[in-house]
Amino acid sequence: MVKIVRKKVLNPTVTLLEVEAPLIARKAQPGQFIIFRVDENGERIPLTIADHDPVKGTVTIIFQKVGLSTEMLGELNEGDTILDFVGPLGTPTELPNGAKDICVVGGGVGCAIAYPQAKAHFGTGVNVDVIAGFRNKDIVILEDEFRACSDNFYLMTDDGSYGEKGFVTVKLKELLDAGKKYDAVIAIGPIPMMKFVCETTKPYDVPTIVSLNPLMIDGTGMCGCCRVTVGGKVRFACVDGPDFDGHQVDFEELMNRNAVYRDQEAEEKTGEHHTCRMDQLAHELIH
Amino acid sequence: MPNMSLTKVPAAEQEPLVRNKNFQEVALGYTPEQAMEEATRCLNCKNKPCVAGCPVNIHIPDFIAKVAAGDFQAAYEIISDTNALPCVSGRVCPQETQCEQRCVRGIKGEPVAIGRLERFVADWYMKNVNKMPEKPASNGIKVAVVGSGPAGLTCASDLAKKGYQVTVFEAFHTAGGVLVYGIPEFRLPKAIVQSEVDKLKALGVDVQLDVVVGRTITIDELMEDGYKAVFVGSGAGLPMFMNIPGESLAGVYSANEYLTRVNLMKAYMGDHDTPLKRSKTVAVVGGGNVAMDAARCAKRMGADKVYLVYRRDEEAMPARREEVHHAKQEEIEFHFLTNPVAIEGDEKGKVCAMECVEMELGEPDQSGRRSPKEIPGSNFKLEVDTVIMALGTSPNPLIRSTTPGLEANRKGCLMVNEETMQTSREGIYAGGDAVTGAATVILAMGAGKKAAEHIDQYLKENA
Repeated sequence: MVKIVRKKVLNPTVTLLEVEAPLIARKAQPGQFIIFRVDENGERIPLTIADHDPVKGTVTIIFQKVGLSTEMLGELNEGDTILDFVGPLGTPTELPNGAKDICVVGGGVGCAIAYPQAKAHFGTGVNVDVIAGFRNKDIVILEDEFRACSDNFYLMTDDGSYGEKGFVTVKLKELLDAGKKYDAVIAIGPIPMMKFVCETTKPYDVPTIVSLNPLMIDGTGMCGCCRVTVGGKVRFACVDGPDFDGHQVDFEELMNRNAVYRDQEAEEKTGEHHTCRMDQLAHELIH
Repeated sequence: MPNMSLTKVPAAEQEPLVRNKNFQEVALGYTPEQAMEEATRCLNCKNKPCVAGCPVNIHIPDFIAKVAAGDFQAAYEIISDTNALPCVSGRVCPQETQCEQRCVRGIKGEPVAIGRLERFVADWYMKNVNKMPEKPASNGIKVAVVGSGPAGLTCASDLAKKGYQVTVFEAFHTAGGVLVYGIPEFRLPKAIVQSEVDKLKALGVDVQLDVVVGRTITIDELMEDGYKAVFVGSGAGLPMFMNIPGESLAGVYSANEYLTRVNLMKAYMGDHDTPLKRSKTVAVVGGGNVAMDAARCAKRMGADKVYLVYRRDEEAMPARREEVHHAKQEEIEFHFLTNPVAIEGDEKGKVCAMECVEMELGEPDQSGRRSPKEIPGSNFKLEVDTVIMALGTSPNPLIRSTTPGLEANRKGCLMVNEETMQTSREGIYAGGDAVTGAATVILAMGAGKKAAEHIDQYLKENA
């Protein structure tokens, strides 16, 4: 059981919670995640750690309210408790040996997870560029935080209502075309975004790390729910990942597996018909 | 004069076609009269072969004599003297290959129903007495137990009884390990597991949930925190798959995932949030107890048809005979000598069929069993919307990869001195599936027990 010490609504669907979890705060490293369960009847849901403070003993999570459990989590307030909060799980992010120049690409709420990557490397002698993409101005998050820990910060919106207009891949390609040489790109966001970042970097042969978010239950390598195909091999995101070589990941399979309960959930929510915008976009882009 | 009946006193069971629609217990257990009658079948042999067949050495003829005399309390005390989890082992032990296999009465006729008697005594105690044990005087020496499955619970219980200050670390939100996530409610009610955990707490054991040793804290950090010895009972690990086409389609589960969703996350209860696919036709692949559990759960979750596909013949199946028998009664359809070669998906990437091939048995392999070979051209399709792979597991790397000096074998199982259960590191012991690979609850309990004994010896010499 962990206590919420700070809550900040970042935009209408994205919330930040800082919780007291000293053991996790002591161990957490960028790329790792926690699993939470709101109450006795709740699901186990993984969330990548957005920030941690070993001195205060706190862990920060930033999440989008996309389903029952994240909705319930979003209802909680400072002083409330979360029944289960376990971690840090997964393998920390590893940059290629000797990487001196990296680009962190975040999309939407994925920026919450991209942020600790930038923070971890900025000021360590590594040049950190950040490209953060959002649908529009209203849902921009963590702008100040990114500016504070990047050498170059590029803010993109799909509709051009803020920053530059276009997808993150537009900016990334522009930089690469202009001769920018990155030792690694770290891409974190919706599956289609990560897929297209990988397609963008492939011709330039830039190692590209993606952080995958498959469905998960135990998160410790027991159930196999989170299996993904990487380089033709079955890997378990909870223990082998969640980071993988993006050029090797079968994104379509991941998207398909992540949708396994969606029709059923939609049916159960009688009267409500909601097609996730991201799913729609993903479908259009991939098919 | 002993009761010379050649058969066990039968025990009541829920009707097959009723129980395959609910999650209540299948076997209903003996009444006191039935138990006393069955107990009189025991000859109380001098050399007690049954005791040697028991991994935790329960004094079987002694407790049975007390049952025969109607002194169930005394019978319980005898059992619980050596067995930390009598309600559990009475239900899930493969008695037919252990104590009952060695029973003299089994030479002609059926052996004494030792398992049913053990369960009766444990249930009787829980219902009529259920006294929490008293906390023994503490010796102040801290011991950590990693995992709260049968090995960990047994080790923790035995050490607590000797006065050690034991902390159990469990990765999940509920204690019990495979007893809660794996074995279904209809074979082992979870309230029973909880009552065993409560007894452990009454002994003074601190159970810390949501702690993943190897991640939240490492074994070396535990030792720095003052734990003088550590027992690793972290259980089996990653589920195995066949590496055939289609295994990552939506609707393919490992048995671990399927059972965890149903049992631990309670997908079978309407008020729990964890989803499970509403399957109409399910194929379970494998021939062990886990495969039986998965098939029987799928049926109870409302599938019209559940196939069990196994590549060898019925004789070679590793599952307990009783489980196979129960599964058949519950209308699970068995396809022996059949192996999947591919899983097919529809246009939406959901499972719609499993292609299989018929097999025949050839020469014996390393395991001594005849190895199955495909019969060319015998391919056929089963129309299914769900496939559950119950093929076993490979050990979890989390602890061995975060504990320097901890040696594992080629398969990744932790190596121990079989006499003492000590690993390659002083003060660190291990047992259960983490050492043996997937095995039985009672073997894990036996390992936990043995480790507790040697941890006690080690700490007496070193603490």
